[in-house]
Amino acid sequence: MWKWLHPYAKPEASFRLAGAFVPWFTALAVLCLSVGTVWGLLFAPSDYQQGDSFRIIYVHVPAAILSMGAYLTMAIAGFIALVWQIKQSEIFVAAVAPIGAGFTFIALLTGAAWGKPMWGTWWVWDARLTSELILLFLYLGVIALYNAFDDKALAGRSASILSLVGVINLPIIHYSVEWWNTLHQGASITKFAKPSIDSAMLWPLLLNIVGFGAFLGALSLVRFRTELLKREQRRPWVRQLLLGTGEA
Amino acid sequence: MRAVLNVIKRELLIAMRRKSDILNPLWFLLIVITLFPLALGPEPELLARVAPGVLWVAALLSSLLSLERLFRDDYLDGSLEQLLLSGHPLAALSLAKIVAHWLLTALPLLLLSPLFAVLLGLSMPIFKATFLTLLIGTPVLSLIGGVGVALTVGLRRGGVLLSLLVLPLFIPVLIFATSAIEAASFGLPYAGHLAIMGAIAMLTLCFAPFATASALRVSMS
Repeated sequence: MWKWLHPYAKPEASFRLAGAFVPWFTALAVLCLSVGTVWGLLFAPSDYQQGDSFRIIYVHVPAAILSMGAYLTMAIAGFIALVWQIKQSEIFVAAVAPIGAGFTFIALLTGAAWGKPMWGTWWVWDARLTSELILLFLYLGVIALYNAFDDKALAGRSASILSLVGVINLPIIHYSVEWWNTLHQGASITKFAKPSIDSAMLWPLLLNIVGFGAFLGALSLVRFRTELLKREQRRPWVRQLLLGTGEA
Repeated sequence: MRAVLNVIKRELLIAMRRKSDILNPLWFLLIVITLFPLALGPEPELLARVAPGVLWVAALLSSLLSLERLFRDDYLDGSLEQLLLSGHPLAALSLAKIVAHWLLTALPLLLLSPLFAVLLGLSMPIFKATFLTLLIGTPVLSLIGGVGVALTVGLRRGGVLLSLLVLPLFIPVLIFATSAIEAASFGLPYAGHLAIMGAIAMLTLCFAPFATASALRVSMS
């Protein structure tokens, strides 16, 4: 496997590989998001209790799931960067962090918009809301640390360490606030139990989750490519690429 | 082991020669605790209700203030580099620095906590719970703080950034500490909360020195 992976340690090879994946992810994201959103917002039956306002689930739940997924991705990339000293992995950490923060923010914002009519308040100090807010703080910490360094190689490694420290703490934070206070309803979809949501509502949701995942993939690869170009701007392959003399 | 003890001894010696570094965070803590009754009103019932939280938040902030001196001076005068080159495992040496830091900042806080309890009107059982949570919780603060300082030590303006990185990680300790004190104030048993705090302390003790060491290596390169 290492023999197969090693060529991609070369920046231009990983740049090209990322470039090859971007259109696929984009296509998948556009497809899933448009089908899932239209289906969810227009055709799925409305909830017998919550009426039409439950439909925000089609943005809220995917954003919330992917906000955690993005953090895990970032931490895995950070682990790879630290253990195998792969520079592209550090760049990926920096590329994912703002997107994850964006997803977290979307989840918080849509949750607040839903909470106002349903719970009668924009914000409560409930366990899930609080841990999502803390997740946002952790993302902002990684981003702030990365931006604080002038030397981007140091910045990448520091951000990787911080993302790992964060990922060890994340379950602790999650359970501590869970025991502390909870009002949020339980998860609607779990792997092990029959979902507590009707399949007519579930399918568009699953489509949107896949769509958000593909969207995350596409965006982070685009950011990764940009960051890689910036980092390697003095290298001949970037010059060739920009002058149009080489193929990309 | 010898090197670890030497590092601790050296830290204590340096601190004894510059006492203001130790005393200023304690002053800060005292002033913060004075501000709360002034801001919220001096009713004893209200104070007794918010006192544990006030004490813990004040302890968090004051430990944040003193964290920077954990590595900053050594980084500036080059002795941190010497520690790195000394050939002893860096994780052990950073643990030694963190232990010394705890002895210098958290221990005085613990010793002064009866005074704070009197100021805020805590009853004896609640004070006991507060003291125990501070005893178990402050090492976690020093350990996690060590990672944060090691990450930001090479930056010119690391102070604000340090608090942004470290404060979210302090949250679990804060939650369990205050809920233990809350349980104590209702006369309920709180050994379970203390046990979880102890587990968190053990976990951070296992991981934080290594994270600190690798962060120091990054900062020094």
